[in-house]
Amino acid sequence: MNGRAFAGRRLHVVVSGLSSDAHLWNLVHLQLFLEDLGHEVANLGNTTPDATIVEACRTGRPDLLVISTVNGHGRTDGLRLIRTLRAVPSLAALPAVIGGKLGIDGRDHADARLLAAGYDAVFDDAAEGGPESGLVRFEAFLGRQAAGHSRGRPTAGAGAA
Amino acid sequence: MTATDRFTGFVDRAHAAGRLVVQPRMGFGELHRMRAGLAAVREADATTVGTVTLDSYTRCLDDGTARRALRDDPAGLNGFPLLAHGVPAVRALLQDCSSAGFPVQIRHGTPRPLRLFRAMAEVGTDATEGGPVSYCLPYGRVPLARAVAEWSAGCELLAAQPVPPHMETFGGCMLGQLCPPSLLVALAVLEAMFFQEHGLRGISLSYAQQIHQGQDLEALAALRRLAGERLSTTHHIVLYTFMGVFPRTEDGSRRLLAESARLAVLGGAERLVVKTQAEAHRIPTVEENVAALEYAASVAATTAGSADGPRATSSGLYEEARTLVHAALETGRTIGDCLVRAFARGVLDVPYCLHPDNANRARATIDARSMLGWSRAGGMPVTSGGAAPVTARHLTELLTFNRRRFDRDARRHPLRSAS
Repeated sequence: MNGRAFAGRRLHVVVSGLSSDAHLWNLVHLQLFLEDLGHEVANLGNTTPDATIVEACRTGRPDLLVISTVNGHGRTDGLRLIRTLRAVPSLAALPAVIGGKLGIDGRDHADARLLAAGYDAVFDDAAEGGPESGLVRFEAFLGRQAAGHSRGRPTAGAGAA
Repeated sequence: MTATDRFTGFVDRAHAAGRLVVQPRMGFGELHRMRAGLAAVREADATTVGTVTLDSYTRCLDDGTARRALRDDPAGLNGFPLLAHGVPAVRALLQDCSSAGFPVQIRHGTPRPLRLFRAMAEVGTDATEGGPVSYCLPYGRVPLARAVAEWSAGCELLAAQPVPPHMETFGGCMLGQLCPPSLLVALAVLEAMFFQEHGLRGISLSYAQQIHQGQDLEALAALRRLAGERLSTTHHIVLYTFMGVFPRTEDGSRRLLAESARLAVLGGAERLVVKTQAEAHRIPTVEENVAALEYAASVAATTAGSADGPRATSSGLYEEARTLVHAALETGRTIGDCLVRAFARGVLDVPYCLHPDNANRARATIDARSMLGWSRAGGMPVTSGGAAPVTARHLTELLTFNRRRFDRDARRHPLRSAS
């Protein structure tokens, strides 16, 4: 979170909330976080339908999709979204991550299901170290993406909220 | 003259008796858990009203997903799926759980409330809440004009009931934090005027606790004065315990809750919507909600008799809020028109709000006195200081101001354990 210049490409990133999530500050913060690192952000805002996210990825051709959600429906809505996204041939390999509060019970849900369904990384607020350590891991993930690694290695971590 | 709804009557009687009404936010997927939750709130050692908070799918009018979730994983729902349960089941629930001595408010968060309001009329709710701006701009992508049109129709539908339910504006809670109080007060008053224009008579105006007690007291006084000037209906003020990034420590969150209870009493609010110690981590349990209600009530009771406390600041907040209301009202003929046009012109502009119909040119900050203020006015008739662009780190500092303050106080001066 220090706005320093980074080594590697400037990424074009789509940031979005999920269809049923009205939270906003997490998205505002993520946009600034990415811009401070020198990346370019298209922020789709909150309560974004799956179709809108897929369309933005299809037409905008971003380097990365970042989903942030904190209303506790992330496991369900996030799973549905990534399955829809991966079903589009041109988006099968688009790097995509999800983070935040993914369930309503404060347990770590960075489980195999979200990764198996096609997310490249899951950053759960409830994971060890909480949101701050998740942001550190997210920044490391961004560094790898900017350095040209096409797929990040799945890491359990916290979401940026 | 229509009969007064039970919610309005209950709050008025409690206030006359010198008691602060306390209320949780609470919603569960399953009927039996919702019933148990309402019963626990009713039995709490405090003057309480009940809450049924709807789940996110129902808020988005995604009934299919709500029905599937209710069937497959009801415990995973983050609220009560009113439409999925159906009118007969919910009517029975409310008949069993609510009364003149325990009215229940249904909370929802949708910019398009018509179907929900129809269902609420059918199940017989005492109260609901929201507003054409406060449930549109922060809560989605529905065009403001469409939200205004549907809120107009929805309010008229409710106003046509034999006993129209109480309606609370959420305008004083925009984005939960980091919105200067003059705009919160202006929006609450404008939405209350909108409700009145559409025939509703039991109205309350919200204000969310921010970061500075003196400024919050000034805001509550400004809200009461401006509402008194602009509304012909009886109305009361509801304070919300801070809605932003919550302290992580149990002690810190108790301090913040206690401060809001004192603020409610000193600021003359009739009702308080509480937060719990779980807030920083997850959705609270029934027990945590009851503990928060009882603690807030006990702090309010001791505050009522004490003469000392923080003083209201005098920063011209009332004048700024009044100027915003006037500027908005000059733009159209109906309140709904005025709201749409004022936002289109940037005369009203919620800082950091990403909605396409919000100019998002205004910026808020925390000044040297630890008060909320404008760092950039955008197109609004407000006074602003200079502004450096906000970085992610700076935004985090602004958003975590209360968390850091209350957690720090908790470390330095631990409270004696009480529950």
